[in-house]
Amino acid sequence: MSESGTKVLKLKQRARAIRKYIITMTTESGSGHPGPALSLVEIIAALYFAEMRYDPAQPDKIDRDRFVLSKGHGVPALYGALIAAGFVSPQEMKRFRHADGLLAGHPCLKTPGVDACSGSLGTGLSIACGMAKGAKMRGSSARVFAVVGDGESDEGQIWEAALFAAHQRLDNLLVFTDRNKLQYSGSTSDVLRLEPLADKWRAFGWAVWEIDGHDFADILGSLQEAREVYGKPKMIIAHTVKGKGISFMEGSQKYHGKPASPEEGQRALLELEEKPL
Amino acid sequence: METAAAAVSTQSKVQFRAHRDALGDALVSLGAEYPNLVVVDPDVRVSTRSEAFFDAYPDRYVCTGIAEQNAMGVATGLASWGYTPVVPLYAVFAAGKAADQVLNSIAYSRSNVKIVGTHGGVNVGADGPSHQAIVDLGVMRSIPGMVVLTVADASEVEPALRAALSHEGPVYLRLERAATPVLGWGDIPFAIGNGLIVRDGSDLAIVAIGSMVFEGLRAADELQRQGISARVINMRSLKPMDSAMVERAAEETAGVITVEDHNEYGGLRSAVAEALAAIGAGPMRWVAVEDRFAESGTCSELREMCGLTAARIVERALDLVNARSHAYE
Repeated sequence: MSESGTKVLKLKQRARAIRKYIITMTTESGSGHPGPALSLVEIIAALYFAEMRYDPAQPDKIDRDRFVLSKGHGVPALYGALIAAGFVSPQEMKRFRHADGLLAGHPCLKTPGVDACSGSLGTGLSIACGMAKGAKMRGSSARVFAVVGDGESDEGQIWEAALFAAHQRLDNLLVFTDRNKLQYSGSTSDVLRLEPLADKWRAFGWAVWEIDGHDFADILGSLQEAREVYGKPKMIIAHTVKGKGISFMEGSQKYHGKPASPEEGQRALLELEEKPL
Repeated sequence: METAAAAVSTQSKVQFRAHRDALGDALVSLGAEYPNLVVVDPDVRVSTRSEAFFDAYPDRYVCTGIAEQNAMGVATGLASWGYTPVVPLYAVFAAGKAADQVLNSIAYSRSNVKIVGTHGGVNVGADGPSHQAIVDLGVMRSIPGMVVLTVADASEVEPALRAALSHEGPVYLRLERAATPVLGWGDIPFAIGNGLIVRDGSDLAIVAIGSMVFEGLRAADELQRQGISARVINMRSLKPMDSAMVERAAEETAGVITVEDHNEYGGLRSAVAEALAAIGAGPMRWVAVEDRFAESGTCSELREMCGLTAARIVERALDLVNARSHAYE
């Protein structure tokens, strides 16, 4: 197998592990957002296992690359990545969303490896902008990565941040839009039309890619190209499927804010085990 | 406890200075002392006088354009690098438009950000209610971990900002737009959690904030002429408040009157009532905006309209003293 083929295979294994963590923590706690977490699994796996520089033993190391999950409700995917990367013990999954645990319902700083509080939609991207600006002011080579939701892009604050990042030439900021095309009450095109979304980001002064957000070759290719772009912030619009990887959750709105039942959870884990990578 | 009793005469000719002019000076002088101090500005540097900092330290100044919500998030991100962002902006927008970002981004992450609300109260004047902050203290006080400071005059701005900078965590500092009488307590160290007794008295206590402290002193002069001795307290640290000072005032006098340029809910009146209820003390009276919006007008017109005057304080004081003496009959 080629070097890139091996890399992709390893990432697929990471993605499968993260999906299992997502199903396990949401099903066992009977709470959380599995659907919006499953759509960003490949994005987060690529970032944590092929792109970002960090040290799980020093989660607050000042020159680390940072990650902000602006669509904070997708946090089971982030926790999955942090468990896989060694920031958090898998034991913590039992206490997901419990008051005495480290894994809160939305990202916050009590979790080792979480860099920003988010969950109030629209707020995370501004924090990421401040982090990227701070890195430039400190002369640090640290980079800042973020994921915003497509539904989240209804928020005005996203576009305040979009203007700011371009004006400040934050080329150390790279953002994915998890374009799963579903939001709380239905499809994004029915609730509040976003298209042409790529044109909007281009018009705001960003370098823009549109990719298949479940295809590692696409993700790694765009990340590679983005490294060669200077003077602009970077937006990768990743076309994704809500609930990706679990047959009965894919494209379904039912599992936006509701976990699988215990039986469904068992089926989902079995599916993940049996499906070839 | 610091005391500045009898340091001020309301009779002699007073000088006036705008708080924001003092803010501009303080940002420049403290900018030299605190190399991590940066200013995040939602495009109001002329109004807030942070322009002086921009001129002195252009590399430590970040403008977000007219985007208060983004400004609070950017400040949070900058704080993660060990910077101490100061965000000077109109108080009404800090605690209104950007309230979610102050709560969910700055306070929830205990970020070391200092928010300076430069246009507190109806004392903004002609711009009208959209630019007057009468709920900011209530909003900020109810945010977990937020320290809330006020100043009685321009001389307190530098010490208050210094106290804010030496505290690790989010602080809201409220200033007023208008030039207000300079009372000259700036030399007394500003300690978070401490009030300042600015006039001793034994019959009742006037607990005031902002430039209403001056009105409290004027009211105390008038009460003195009527044979009533009023203690005046500048409760410049609103949260944490100097509860011990308030409790002593309630125990040692006939009662407490709170005085603030803010709506009657959520601000100083609420803070003092909370402290007194805890020890079963009372009664109290208050002078505040009575649950209404003001108008566009001159500052003195608006303060008259909203009852934020020395005369109103005297009226409430007499009501309190009379109610107490009837109670003893």
